[in-house]
Amino acid sequence: MAEPTRGGSLAAYRTILRARMRAQASYRISFATDLLGTLLVGLTELAEVWVIYHNVPLLGGLDFAAALLVFGVTNICFAAADLVVGHLDTVPSLVRAGTIDAFYVRPLSLLGQLVTSDISLRRIGRLTVGIVVLAIAWSAAGVAPTLTNATLLGLALVSGTAIFAGLFTIAAGLQFFLIDGREFTNSFVYGGSYAAQQSSLVYPPPVRVLFTFVVPSAFVGYLPAIALIGLPGGPIADPAWAWWSPLAALAVWVAAALAWRSGTTHYQGGGG
Amino acid sequence: MSATLSHQVRSLWLLARAGFRRHSTYRLALAAGLTTNAVFGLLRGSILGAVVASAGGTLGGYDAGQVTAYVWWGQALLGAIGLAGWSELRDRVRSGDVAIDFLRPLSVPLGYLAGDLGRAAVNLLGRGLPMIVLAVLVFRMPLPTDPVTWLLGFVAILVGVVVAFLGTYLLNATCFWVVESRGLQVCYLVASGFLSGLYLPVHWFPEWLLLLARCTPFPSTLQAPLDVLSGRVSGAAAVTTVVIQLSWATTLFVAAQVVTALGRRHLEVQGG
Repeated sequence: MAEPTRGGSLAAYRTILRARMRAQASYRISFATDLLGTLLVGLTELAEVWVIYHNVPLLGGLDFAAALLVFGVTNICFAAADLVVGHLDTVPSLVRAGTIDAFYVRPLSLLGQLVTSDISLRRIGRLTVGIVVLAIAWSAAGVAPTLTNATLLGLALVSGTAIFAGLFTIAAGLQFFLIDGREFTNSFVYGGSYAAQQSSLVYPPPVRVLFTFVVPSAFVGYLPAIALIGLPGGPIADPAWAWWSPLAALAVWVAAALAWRSGTTHYQGGGG
Repeated sequence: MSATLSHQVRSLWLLARAGFRRHSTYRLALAAGLTTNAVFGLLRGSILGAVVASAGGTLGGYDAGQVTAYVWWGQALLGAIGLAGWSELRDRVRSGDVAIDFLRPLSVPLGYLAGDLGRAAVNLLGRGLPMIVLAVLVFRMPLPTDPVTWLLGFVAILVGVVVAFLGTYLLNATCFWVVESRGLQVCYLVASGFLSGLYLPVHWFPEWLLLLARCTPFPSTLQAPLDVLSGRVSGAAAVTTVVIQLSWATTLFVAAQVVTALGRRHLEVQGG
């Protein structure tokens, strides 16, 4: 069979995505419930930050407004990544059931098919929480509305989303080896997202290094936030590093490409 | 009569053992869960420790050592005390298989509770114990020193498992009446996570929220054993904590029996 042309496969993806979105929206009540679900999860996480600052005025050098800025950016990035590639989480079930074979034999890229196999519109709930919080925090934290700051924010949002999307992909690649041990990858995917929501300064130095240079969580929310507000940061937490977030994202993507490639070539088929 | 009783106890014991075996089959999954729990423990320990330090050394009855114990016992008990994962009854109501459960000469909630206690035992040994060893060796978590606290703590864990299970059972039982229960499940998941003390101690909540939490059974699932084992409460206060748990367990058990009986009358299973 001839390889499909680039334009041909794009059209295929467009059709698939449109069908997925229509399918989700057609079960109205179910969709509304899922939307409510991710909204509530976002609000609960916000409530956690609020409860902490109900008790203390400062945590890791951040006040409530600054913490909200970190929270907003992190949640937008995670929700966006989750919306686009979060359903790669289903790879272990597909591998176990052997149904992933069906994806292998189609004349489209495996990753492309899996990514477009679902688009989790329900994540919009959590995304909304992130956007509202970011908008409030931006003015509450007194960030100057300069072009530099806007650029920095844009860079942080794009890189942060790319970082989380890359972590999801690394996890999916490793799933081909892990199968039953799928939960291993939660430690850096969801752990990375959890770590990103706080000031780096609350972590002891070894943990800070881990979540800055191995899993680059600090580049998502904390480093951009202190750069935007003009806070000094601390050891292993320099606000100037915020500008290097695309490099962190690139590193994650290289790792993701390697993990995905070795995972998909490791797979021997379900015997169908 | 006594023969029937011993028969029932034997059935429950066999169900508990089957639950233990079923959930101890996937050892790699256990190891994976352990890794993720440890990473989250590390992050939560750092964050909550920083909150207590920022509050001046004690907060809501926790000092630095006690908050470490709160976090690590929480990570250790997370697997055993199943807050919202169980959905067997819901699935069986939908498929009609629940009719078979009603034919058995055993209380339906009690039978499932026995299976869940087996599951809890696996998780307590497989996920809990290593976490405690890690916390003591690496994070210098203080352990209770007197045998009474250990005894009360163990009872609190046991009753916590029971309360958490019965709550989930009641949630499942709504399926006798409601076909689409996902909205309810989502709300339950969010409420149980937040109000059980899974993320933050409920004692850090503002007054009104603490009051709200105490009107629900959720603090009796996780927060209660954590309070006893971390040494936040001791002596008479610890006994009171366990008594409150026991009264919730009794209330929920009676409710589960009644709801099951009502549901049984309402249930219509299709097919012959």
